[in-house]
Amino acid sequence: MLAIVSVLVVSAAAIAGDRELVPFEIVDGGIPDPLTDLAGDPVIGKQVVTNAANATCLICHPMPIPEHPDHGNLAPPLNGVGSRYSAAELRLRIVDAKVLNPDTIMPSYYRLSGFTRVSEEHLGQTVYSAQDVEDAIAYLMTLTDG
Amino acid sequence: MLAAPLAPAATFAQGWAAERYQVEDRKSGYLYLGDQTQALQDDDFLNHAFFAVERGAELWSAVDGAAGVSCASCHGDAAESMRGVTARLPRYDSERDGIINLELLINRERERKLKAEPYAYESEDLLALTAFLAFQSRGIPSEVEIGGAAAPFFEKGREHYFPRRGQLDLSCTQCHDERDGMMLRGDRMSQGQTNGFPFYRLSWHSMGSTHRMFAWCNNAMRAEPYAPASEEYLNLELYVAWRGRGLPIEAPAVRR
Ligand code: HEC
Ligand code: HEC
Repeated sequence: MLAIVSVLVVSAAAIAGDRELVPFEIVDGGIPDPLTDLAGDPVIGKQVVTNAANATCLICHPMPIPEHPDHGNLAPPLNGVGSRYSAAELRLRIVDAKVLNPDTIMPSYYRLSGFTRVSEEHLGQTVYSAQDVEDAIAYLMTLTDG
Repeated sequence: MLAAPLAPAATFAQGWAAERYQVEDRKSGYLYLGDQTQALQDDDFLNHAFFAVERGAELWSAVDGAAGVSCASCHGDAAESMRGVTARLPRYDSERDGIINLELLINRERERKLKAEPYAYESEDLLALTAFLAFQSRGIPSEVEIGGAAAPFFEKGREHYFPRRGQLDLSCTQCHDERDGMMLRGDRMSQGQTNGFPFYRLSWHSMGSTHRMFAWCNNAMRAEPYAPASEEYLNLELYVAWRGRGLPIEAPAVRR
């Protein structure tokens, strides 16, 4: 077989999303209620969103973290997202930004259906677990300098 | 948005003016490389892919198989007999009733004419002979046939290119038509042209075929790749070659 190296999957570490969705409700362009009971942790959240093995935001977005190399630039910078959006708005944008804009290339990090030919490795799983989503939001809310 | 300007090309040891890397709006991946990588491709002595070309030249004239002949026994000097062949590939093949590419043609010649075993796809020897033959078409504009019997296969290739795939729900066109020039992590995205294949990819530390690249891109979308030499990738290869019609064959290219 081919030795295939991927930009988006640079480590062999097993990344497991959720296999069942926590129910959530969309209200006014956001998801007001957290997906989990455990409050998001911004320190863990920073690890989640910079994890090169799991579709890190850095593939596409510039971020105010120069200690990480090679930021992508095909999506808007995340500098200041914590002041531009509420936690509820960020939650929907991470969970499934296509609810707001079906044409966006922003992946749906917490969706299970409606995909074509998902790789075996990721089949039937979300990109992020519900807790990953909450931790990511907690971190992004700290990015208040635009 | 932050689309960075294309890196200026320093030298053109292939003897090509910068314009040769672009035909109308179609641009070679070369134009998206940094100066240092361009310099590697420009200089046949530095270009890592020339180890493969040299190996391919040896294979071309090496007797192998039960027939006791080499490719050169019949075809002679590849610089003459194989000039331009790659520029017209892939193409429709009536025996397969499907698309055939350079790799599969080489293997068919091995089986039929040399009575030798076909090479494994992506093996060093197949990449080497492919690189050697593609090199014989350097500078000749790619011009594939998409009409007639090729048409339904071309259509399937086109239909592969546009839909979103994988867990990240992305399509070829979203990256290579709509966002070329932008950075995807450390990679500057090109138009995804195939006129440089087989190429030497620095991040792979090896030569690679178009089908290996397609699989890499499928993995980037978290889509299940198809097998090398699958009908899906052969049809896609035809569509992608047509997308880059007119671009001179630049094999063997060097890419990041
Ligand atoms: C016994 C003579 C003979 C040998 C040996 C031979 N070929 Fe051929 N080759 C031919 C002939 C004749 C054709 C044209 C029609 C056909 O038979 O396919 C051809 C066609 C081709 C073509 C297609 C050319 C085109 O214009 O489309 C390629 C590529 C090719 N050969 C490569 C090779 C390679 C590589 C080898 C060694 C592995 C090889 N051949 C060995 C006789 C030979
Ligand atoms: C997530 C974005 C993305 C998607 C989607 C994508 N690619 Fe790519 N592709 C890349 C990157 C990054 C590279 C390496 C840099 C470059 O040459 O563009 C690349 C390289 C290529 C190359 C090599 C170009 C060269 O000059 O060497 C080809 C061919 C290619 N892609 C074809 C495809 C095809 C066909 C598809 C759809 C099946 C596809 N890509 C989907 C990001 C993508």
